[in-house]
Amino acid sequence: MDFNYLTIIIFLPLAGAAIIALVPGLSSRLIRYVAAIFTLVPLAISLGLFAAFDRSAGAEVFQFQEKVSWIPAINANYHLGVDGLSLPLVVLMALLGFLAVLISWKINLRVREYFAWLLLLETSILGVFVSLDLLLFFIFWEIEIIPMYFLISIWGAGRKEYSAMKYVLYTLFGGALILAGILGLYFTTDPHSLSMVDIAQTDLAPLVTSIPLAAIFFLLLAGFAVKLPIIPLHTWLPDAHTDAPTAVSVILAGTLIKMGGYAIIRICVTIFPQATQDYAPLLLTLAAVNVVYGAAVTLKQTDIKRLIAYSSISHMGFVLLGIFALSKVSLVGAGLQMFSHGIITGLLFAVAGIVMHNTKERNIAKLGGLARQMPAIAVIFTIAGLGAMGVPSTSGFTAEVTIFLGAFSSNVVSGVPIFTIICLLGILLAAAYILWLLQRVFFGPALAKFNHVIDADRLEKIYCAIFIALIFLVGLYPMILTDVIKTGIAPIAALFGG
Amino acid sequence: METVIPNELVWLIFLLPLLSFAVISLILRPFFSNKPRLSGYISISAIFGSFILSIWALTSILSAPSHELAIPDFNWLVIDSAITIHLGLIMDSLTAVMLIVVTLVSLMIQMYSQGYMQGDPSYHRYYAYMSLFTASMLGLVMVDNLLIMFVFWELVGLCSYLLIGFWFHRPAAANAAKKAFIVTRIGDFGFLAAILLLLSKTGTLDIAQLHSLAIAGTLAGTVLTLAAIGIFLGAVGKSAQFPLHVWLPDAMEGPTPVSALIHAATMVAAGVFLVARMFPLFEHSEVALLTVAIIGGLTAIFAATMGLVMTDIKRVLAYSTISQLGYMMLGLGVGGIAIGIFHLFNHAFFKALLFLGAGSVSHATGTFDMRQMGGLRKVMPWTYATFLIASLSIAGIWPLAGFWSKDEILLSSINNQPILFYLAMVTVFMTAFYMFRVVFLTFGGQYRGDNSGSHSARPHESPSVMIMPMVVLAVLAVGSGWLNVTGGFSQFLGGGETRGFFEGLFHGFTHTLPGLPIPLAWISLILAGLGILLAYAIYSARWLSAERITRLFAPLHMLFSRKYWFDELYEHIIARIVLLKGLFAGLKFFDSRGIDGAVNGIARTTVATGRVIRKAQTGQLQLYGMFIILGVVAIILAMYLSG
Repeated sequence: MDFNYLTIIIFLPLAGAAIIALVPGLSSRLIRYVAAIFTLVPLAISLGLFAAFDRSAGAEVFQFQEKVSWIPAINANYHLGVDGLSLPLVVLMALLGFLAVLISWKINLRVREYFAWLLLLETSILGVFVSLDLLLFFIFWEIEIIPMYFLISIWGAGRKEYSAMKYVLYTLFGGALILAGILGLYFTTDPHSLSMVDIAQTDLAPLVTSIPLAAIFFLLLAGFAVKLPIIPLHTWLPDAHTDAPTAVSVILAGTLIKMGGYAIIRICVTIFPQATQDYAPLLLTLAAVNVVYGAAVTLKQTDIKRLIAYSSISHMGFVLLGIFALSKVSLVGAGLQMFSHGIITGLLFAVAGIVMHNTKERNIAKLGGLARQMPAIAVIFTIAGLGAMGVPSTSGFTAEVTIFLGAFSSNVVSGVPIFTIICLLGILLAAAYILWLLQRVFFGPALAKFNHVIDADRLEKIYCAIFIALIFLVGLYPMILTDVIKTGIAPIAALFGG
Repeated sequence: METVIPNELVWLIFLLPLLSFAVISLILRPFFSNKPRLSGYISISAIFGSFILSIWALTSILSAPSHELAIPDFNWLVIDSAITIHLGLIMDSLTAVMLIVVTLVSLMIQMYSQGYMQGDPSYHRYYAYMSLFTASMLGLVMVDNLLIMFVFWELVGLCSYLLIGFWFHRPAAANAAKKAFIVTRIGDFGFLAAILLLLSKTGTLDIAQLHSLAIAGTLAGTVLTLAAIGIFLGAVGKSAQFPLHVWLPDAMEGPTPVSALIHAATMVAAGVFLVARMFPLFEHSEVALLTVAIIGGLTAIFAATMGLVMTDIKRVLAYSTISQLGYMMLGLGVGGIAIGIFHLFNHAFFKALLFLGAGSVSHATGTFDMRQMGGLRKVMPWTYATFLIASLSIAGIWPLAGFWSKDEILLSSINNQPILFYLAMVTVFMTAFYMFRVVFLTFGGQYRGDNSGSHSARPHESPSVMIMPMVVLAVLAVGSGWLNVTGGFSQFLGGGETRGFFEGLFHGFTHTLPGLPIPLAWISLILAGLGILLAYAIYSARWLSAERITRLFAPLHMLFSRKYWFDELYEHIIARIVLLKGLFAGLKFFDSRGIDGAVNGIARTTVATGRVIRKAQTGQLQLYGMFIILGVVAIILAMYLSG
């Protein structure tokens, strides 16, 4: 590799954060522009990588690799690389990082710190997606807690300190399990290794282990499950979402929880195929619970952001279904769903943020008839809602139907058709909660108390339009993503005979 | 037209309205918002283009060998060899018929809408949605892959949602839109499940391949039956068949031309089309075919009973639509594609016309309540004449369109399903009665509306832009049935015998079927006549008092007018009490008190424990020293005791 593209992508936001934090005398306006530039360039590079990514059959799985020895004593390397699974998530994060800056344009409280933390958050999440070394991966995974804590507890709303602390405790708890799992893996391999690529190619079964492989699998899985989140480890999510500032909600829903889904595929499924297959029925049960239980609880929410947060839990159940159905198509679907959910729910949070900002109201029961006062927002919200309920031509449909088709036809796990059919109920319930939300917020007679409310301004329309264009692009032409994702999935599916 | 239609132009049939949607919503509405009529012109031109191309496609298919054109397709979703979904078109006789129905009715209704929607502040939006709907509906009837069909299937449902809720500021409209979407999605659940099942068992979703697998017997047994039932569940939702019929009457909250196009002529018939499209699957599963026939036959009479008592003209027509869709399902179940689709074809014209008539009437009177109408015959002669023709047609009066297709359905059911046949005969009587109840209440007698109002002080005939399409549809309501007098229509769709035109014209009256005393056509005609007569006796001549009859049949009247309490059952008991207040509320309680309660409980316990233990950390050296001594003593004791 002659040029360290990935390093540049992940560390440019950090450089931006450093400039914002350290250079004295920057005006708020300049800070915003610096943040915009230091997120736009990584976006441009990531799009370039996406275009340059070799999709052909014989191409290398991990591309744009960088490998430098880091701590030789423990065989840790600074090892980066992307495959078909991680590349779309890198692009997504780079995109949301840039859009988050635009979404935060109206932030006026402690602007300097805010943007510094926001950019640090982007670096850490990008780092998780491109690290191929377990230690490096873990460090990025843990760094993310710090900016999240400050972003929620300072710029948040409501019980923000409670939510921020809950987030930190939950994530640290998950992180401890992950660290234990990584150590378990490290001491199991001989010679000790932290390389995801090498470990995945090693047959762990014959190695002497101090703790059973299945236990390591579950340590890691439980840690990742906190992030996805898998019920019952989910209750941090609605609180964090409800109280986080809009842009943070967008990143949280868009990519942060995808770290869980990504890590489950990258580490649990790839390194422990046997345990994965053995415990797939359990995980599929949890997937069905996530989908149906999540949707049922969504239907009872009264806070606009909390409702979207719970719908995320339901949608992550589809990802789980796609992963543990273990067929090639279902795994590709899971990858597609992670991207799709990122743009759809990202847009939902963005536009919910505008509604809340402009009306100063977040209780669904007190909103109503806004389609008259905010026509553009109503259209945008409706489109995002259609995506969330999986209406065809949106990416939501394409992703979910790919998961369903792949899962139902999977012959890796027995009984998977039943789980798939249960998960189908999720799209039925999604229609109910989304349409109810739209009706309560936008339809019905216009209310006089909202007569002063302004519609989306130009900047808001622009970033919403970017989301919408992507939702339809992926919905109408899914192969733009599946052609990439399948190159990353193929070797994983091959572990299960797919 | 001698030459075969080029492939690109076939694609254009559905791309033209799509383009119109894009132009209206992306260009006209943002930049020409002060010229709303432009969007109407664009939309109408696009659909006119599609109509012309559809005729060309029809003639091409007519002259093609085995009535089919091959169109190359594109990849939509291909993941190596694991899954292959193509975007392609199937151009056979069934598609050709549906194309004509959709483009022609859509064209007429969009022309009519120029008058009906005149001055509406959302005129642009209306035509954008109408274009999108037409494009989706055309896509639905043209595609050759079940999954892509599901895509368009959902899109027409979306357009229906948007158009029912067109006047979204009215809570009733917003509610009806939501209800329509959710209820039809229950059916779609079955459709999607069937798609998953078919793909997992056959590896393909190509409709032609599925056909040949079913015909060859590779796709058979339980799998086939389950798949067919799942598909039919989708059709039940979309075509508002029992027990998912509840959304269609509420859908009348949308603008009336929308009801005419979507909720009478085309989208609701998509369920019938779907069964016809997948007919080889049903044909090879006795259970599935029987289910179609029974649900269809039951829905026909069930909906008709509710149509008898409604006072809102559009609601009568809505129940009538449900009932007629039931007829079509019955026709498919007992007779086959040609018979079911023939009724779909005729029904599209006369039912669209009835709705346009209702729209014209409300345009004049400002209401849909028939109790506020009356005497409109004199002031609205064109509306009256066309409405009367459509009513005679739906009642099945010879030689109008409805007669022919209805008789074919009756004829095939008498052989296969005698019970359903008798139900269908009763429905014939009811249909004639409720339609002419509408005719007499609306157009007969004296005007009962408010004459003093300033807005529409006097009911008046609608403008010619509305009347012209109605006249065209009236011609079709008379004549569309003649296409099968010789059996040509059935032949085209692959069934039935042919006969000469004049022989065919009187065939039903001259052939007595075994088991019946007189020819079938006479019986159905007499029943329809009796229905009209009874309506005349009650609502026009007033030989019988409507009030007394209502009182006489009070329990039945209650049952019908309360719609068998299905809305209460679904919306109140199931949705509100069992699910929202019961199950979902319970889960939410469990979530916030159970799971999150446990999480907070752990946190609280930790803090509380810390608070208690903290007390030991007093900072007093004496205390610590005492603890050390106590510890040392304990250790020595332990060592001593253990020896």
